[in-house]
Amino acid sequence: MMPAARQVLTVVRKDLLVETRARDLLNVMLTFAVLSLVIFNLALDLRGPVVREVGPGLLWLTIAFAAILGMGRTFVREHERGTLTGLLIAPMDRGVLFVGKLLANLIFLFVMEAVTLPMFAVLFGLPVLQPAVLLITALGTLGFATLGTLFSAMAAQSRAREALLPLLLLPTTVPVLIGSVQATSHVLDDTVGGPPWIGLLLAFNVIFLTLAFLLFEHVVDG
Amino acid sequence: MLRSKHASSPRRWVDDLLGVGALVGMVGALWLIFVYTPLELVQGAVQKVFYIHLASIWNAYASFLLVFVASILYLRRPSAATDRFARAWAEIGVVFTTITLISGAIWGKPIWGTYWSWDARLTTTLLLWLIYVVYLMLPSFMDDPERGRRYAAVVGVIGFVDVPIVHMSVRWWRTLHPDPIVANLEGPDLPASMWYTVLYCIVVFTVLAVYLVRQRMQIDELRATLARLRSTAV
Repeated sequence: MMPAARQVLTVVRKDLLVETRARDLLNVMLTFAVLSLVIFNLALDLRGPVVREVGPGLLWLTIAFAAILGMGRTFVREHERGTLTGLLIAPMDRGVLFVGKLLANLIFLFVMEAVTLPMFAVLFGLPVLQPAVLLITALGTLGFATLGTLFSAMAAQSRAREALLPLLLLPTTVPVLIGSVQATSHVLDDTVGGPPWIGLLLAFNVIFLTLAFLLFEHVVDG
Repeated sequence: MLRSKHASSPRRWVDDLLGVGALVGMVGALWLIFVYTPLELVQGAVQKVFYIHLASIWNAYASFLLVFVASILYLRRPSAATDRFARAWAEIGVVFTTITLISGAIWGKPIWGTYWSWDARLTTTLLLWLIYVVYLMLPSFMDDPERGRRYAAVVGVIGFVDVPIVHMSVRWWRTLHPDPIVANLEGPDLPASMWYTVLYCIVVFTVLAVYLVRQRMQIDELRATLARLRSTAV
């Protein structure tokens, strides 16, 4: 295996190990996601055909907010315990660290979604457990996680800590939110044609993966 | 006019020229807008806000482009001057975006029947405004000023690249809904006098923006000098 890939795996393994011991991140994210689904339903009193119209939006709001909650923690945790200093001293490229943190974040988010999607399907009665929706979820999650990893590293260094993350992430990931919601709606409604939402998600991911990879060193150094 | 003691005389001369130019230019713009251009037949007097609206959004986009370029330069080679430049333009950009949003709302009420519509351009402009407000807030959250400048530069890059993608996504999103009926002000239908006024307003607003940015940068320099003097005095 290439040394860089091995280093990435080491970073990922470290994050997963910390999480399996502490369990503070996934527990909070999962409970929050389920709670959001319940709260949305209570606040909006969803019955009848309305569910079909607003369902995808609620699903993606839940995912976005749970993701912000979770990703905000990862770097704050490392900042507080001085882990970040150790990672920066370790002889590896900043890009390696970024990819490692991104993959760890993706794994946490996918675990959260593995619970949220079936819960959503049951509570809202919408068939979201199908390959097309899962593909959209994977692409949308990658979009959130890419900028989320970059911005949460920034937020962790601030006095506001993770409170800063939504201010940075929500306006910049609007294309991901719109793209994922619309693509999910199209799948659920069986509509053909319309704007190429999957293409938008792909383009967003390619552009911001590159940018975040390049900018990450400016965020963690110093 | 505010100026530092160390300011060299050519700089003072340029500032005075820009200031007087902006003032005289603005008075000229008012004359062109309210006296020279004809009253638009359908929209009437409210169409006059269009000149200010267009000149403002032009300045906002130009400002954010400059922030983007300065942010890249700052990340390549950090310097206090580059940061000051980027910050000053971001502030002016936010001010002009605010003017754009407000003047648009003033126009929208009589023409569309509503101050706000979730049209693609309006939504993008509002998001643009939000991104750069966060950009301006960011350094105040950092204990280390150098880190604050660096992070602002990162947002200056991400934000600018994001805007066209945001616009595209919002435009596609709105294709599902009927567009409001907008009176077409663009294209060859526009009388020459209106076009001249538009172009003139863009030039004058740009002069005003450059003048304000230079003042802003000088205030920042004075602040830095003051902080340095204070720390050496104590």
